[in-house]
Amino acid sequence: MSTDTTVEPAPAAPVPAKEPQRSGLPSWAVQGLVSLSAIVLALVVGAILIIVSDEQVKTAMGYFGAAPMDTISAAASAVGEAYKALALGAFGSVTAITESLTQATPLICGGLAVSLAFRTGLFNIGAQGQLIAGAILAAYVGFAWHLPAGLHLIVAILAGLLGGAMWGGVVGLLKARTGAHEVIVTIMLNYVAIYLLAWLLTTSAFQRPGRTDPISPIVDANAQYPQFGGTRLHGGFILSVLAAIFVWWLLNRSTIGFELRAVGANADASRTAGMSVGRAYIIAMVVAGALAGLAGTQQVLGTDLPLTDGVAASVGFDAITVALLGRGTPLGTVLAGLLFGALNAGGLQMQLVTQTPLTLTTVLQAVIVLFVAAPALVRSIFRFLPKERGAGAVLAKGWNG
Amino acid sequence: MSETTPDAVPAAAPKPQAIEAPADRTRRLRVGGVMLVFALIGLGLAVFTKGGKATFQLVSGDLQNNLLGIPAQFTALVLGILGVIAAGAYLLRRVPQSYSGYLAALLGICFIGAFLCWAAAGKTFPLANQFQGTLNFATPLILGALAGVMCERAGVINIAIEGQFLVGAFTAALVSSTTNSSAAALIAAAASGVVMAWLLAVFSIKYLVNQVVLGVVLVVFATGITGFLFDQFMQPQAEKLNTPEVLSAVKIPGLADIPFIGPILFNQTILVYLTYIAVAVVTFVLFQTRWGLRIRAVGEHPKAADTVGIKVKRIRYSAVLAAGVLAGLGGAFFTVGYAGSFSKEMTAGNGFIALAALIMGRWHPIGAMVAALFFGFATQLQSQLQIIQTPIPGELLLMAPYLATIIAVAGLVGRVRAPKADGEPYVTE
Repeated sequence: MSTDTTVEPAPAAPVPAKEPQRSGLPSWAVQGLVSLSAIVLALVVGAILIIVSDEQVKTAMGYFGAAPMDTISAAASAVGEAYKALALGAFGSVTAITESLTQATPLICGGLAVSLAFRTGLFNIGAQGQLIAGAILAAYVGFAWHLPAGLHLIVAILAGLLGGAMWGGVVGLLKARTGAHEVIVTIMLNYVAIYLLAWLLTTSAFQRPGRTDPISPIVDANAQYPQFGGTRLHGGFILSVLAAIFVWWLLNRSTIGFELRAVGANADASRTAGMSVGRAYIIAMVVAGALAGLAGTQQVLGTDLPLTDGVAASVGFDAITVALLGRGTPLGTVLAGLLFGALNAGGLQMQLVTQTPLTLTTVLQAVIVLFVAAPALVRSIFRFLPKERGAGAVLAKGWNG
Repeated sequence: MSETTPDAVPAAAPKPQAIEAPADRTRRLRVGGVMLVFALIGLGLAVFTKGGKATFQLVSGDLQNNLLGIPAQFTALVLGILGVIAAGAYLLRRVPQSYSGYLAALLGICFIGAFLCWAAAGKTFPLANQFQGTLNFATPLILGALAGVMCERAGVINIAIEGQFLVGAFTAALVSSTTNSSAAALIAAAASGVVMAWLLAVFSIKYLVNQVVLGVVLVVFATGITGFLFDQFMQPQAEKLNTPEVLSAVKIPGLADIPFIGPILFNQTILVYLTYIAVAVVTFVLFQTRWGLRIRAVGEHPKAADTVGIKVKRIRYSAVLAAGVLAGLGGAFFTVGYAGSFSKEMTAGNGFIALAALIMGRWHPIGAMVAALFFGFATQLQSQLQIIQTPIPGELLLMAPYLATIIAVAGLVGRVRAPKADGEPYVTE
């Protein structure tokens, strides 16, 4: 994966460390260290939040002068209990692990959607909208059509891919033809999708008969992803892994992928070299949209089953943080998706056991990405970290770019 | 950076009917086509208007007096035809280029007018409520969009307005509940907006983090931290910590007595008046003061600004922090200005509508205000139409601001251009 981490349009041949690096460590190792440090720092921030909000710590603080150790032990036990519940909920049992994987499933696909666009120099904030568009079509095929087993699931998945690809393709098309900035268009399309879904769920075509709340019929059993032995984990997870392999192949082994990366690295140079930048934008957004649409099918055909207005939850937005943490590489995205899936699953357990709100995991995720995006800050805290060359450089570009 | 329509030289020709560049022609046909479609929809609505008289209620809550009854179909038809004439005049180049903006505005008014006649035919439409609600919904949008204008004119992209809103709303609710002082609540909200702005400034200006990434992350962070504090502190002691006092309306003597617009514009809360002032102040500061000139300079060409001795980073910090005050106040509107209590993720995407308003308003305070008012109008119209029961689904109307923004950035209606160095960190060599 060494070629993944550079943003240069170098041919895929793995060149072993061209320039001597300051630390002697390969750049993926340095990035890994920075990511690990970011996670540690985020856990520290989380610990502080837990401590200041803990009742027992507050009581102990009341007599801090008399028995300072009480405060410290109360703080330690509050943090320890919460993080223990978090870890057990994420990895503690088979159920916990399958729950983590279930949570990770759509995050990986959504993250890939953001990563792929990112490598093409596009900022896809619209995974949420593309996911919803995919979920709408997949759910409709799932509950309104009645096809034989096997075929039904495949058709429903394809419908989801199509929905997402269309929602994403519009963005690429507008960018290529009119120069409309993809960040603005994707943000707006997210809300269009949210309201479209809300409206559809009030129509007779989508709303479950006899219900007044926004919920569709349950998708046919034939159109559901197969579950793994009574857990919530479903076949969608395998598709996530396959999607990651596909994106890796597309970016690193195919001609189109080379063009996408070249355009992402330098659009002007690519145009001069005879590549069609507009075509690259459209392809990237269509594929990215389809990936997000796949995440939509995983939600509606695997986890939720009826289509509701909460089908996307915050997966589309979390996908952005997943892609950022994964630094735009397929492997990184899978790992980041697994981490965030584990945090989500563990967070639920933590809320149950220690009443620490689930929203703490949202804070953790934001802080992790914030630190990862600012390696200079992490390095100023952990002095021992070696310097990176080209430091996972996020492309800096403005609205006009 | 459009590929199909390269920037044409601005009309150097003396006469309006001078030879037109091919790119301008394409653009005129495209824009004119969109205008014509809207005009024809308006006319179509007029044709299908039935129910005789449309009644508009001019004073909020008064169902007996001050009603304006007009023949619905006739008015709608007149407006529809006027709209078609406006679109046709643009399409056929019958008016000078410099007036085309007025034509678009005329078309917009005709379209909305025809739509209202259609919707209100045979019913009573609460017009005063419509404008009252427009102003209510627009207030945070205007403040947020102004904050965005300040940041982006200085070259820092701010898509974290949503996050600043959330933190401002939370802080205002908390401080108002604990101190029982609205003034303290507003000041604290502004301060919390500045704290968020400081995060934006430090990470974008000092640590050179990509500003779109940063904006997204800050929104997630604000969602998480307000959600956490709400669950952990505020909710368990809601009667103590989440009972902010809603700002009361302050009547401005004299002005509030103007018929129709008086009660709408001048019987409002202090926050709404602050919004009027903010629009004027931001416009004045950006275009009439030295600081404003420097803000615009570092947003357009930081290197040139640096060459003449302007401290680029310092100006950017000051602009982003000042914008934080506006965004924080905008957030306060949600709790102490409107809802009367905080709830999780209560700003519901308004920060992103503010971003849209800023873009639709072409990075200009007045433009942003007009766009925000339009978005507020659409939002309020949606709830009004639910009440008088029109067949238009409310969700489709709620999409209007977002679709309008996409149409705007796609260059279908005018060209939008961001400050040149917007989003690019400045690094001295």
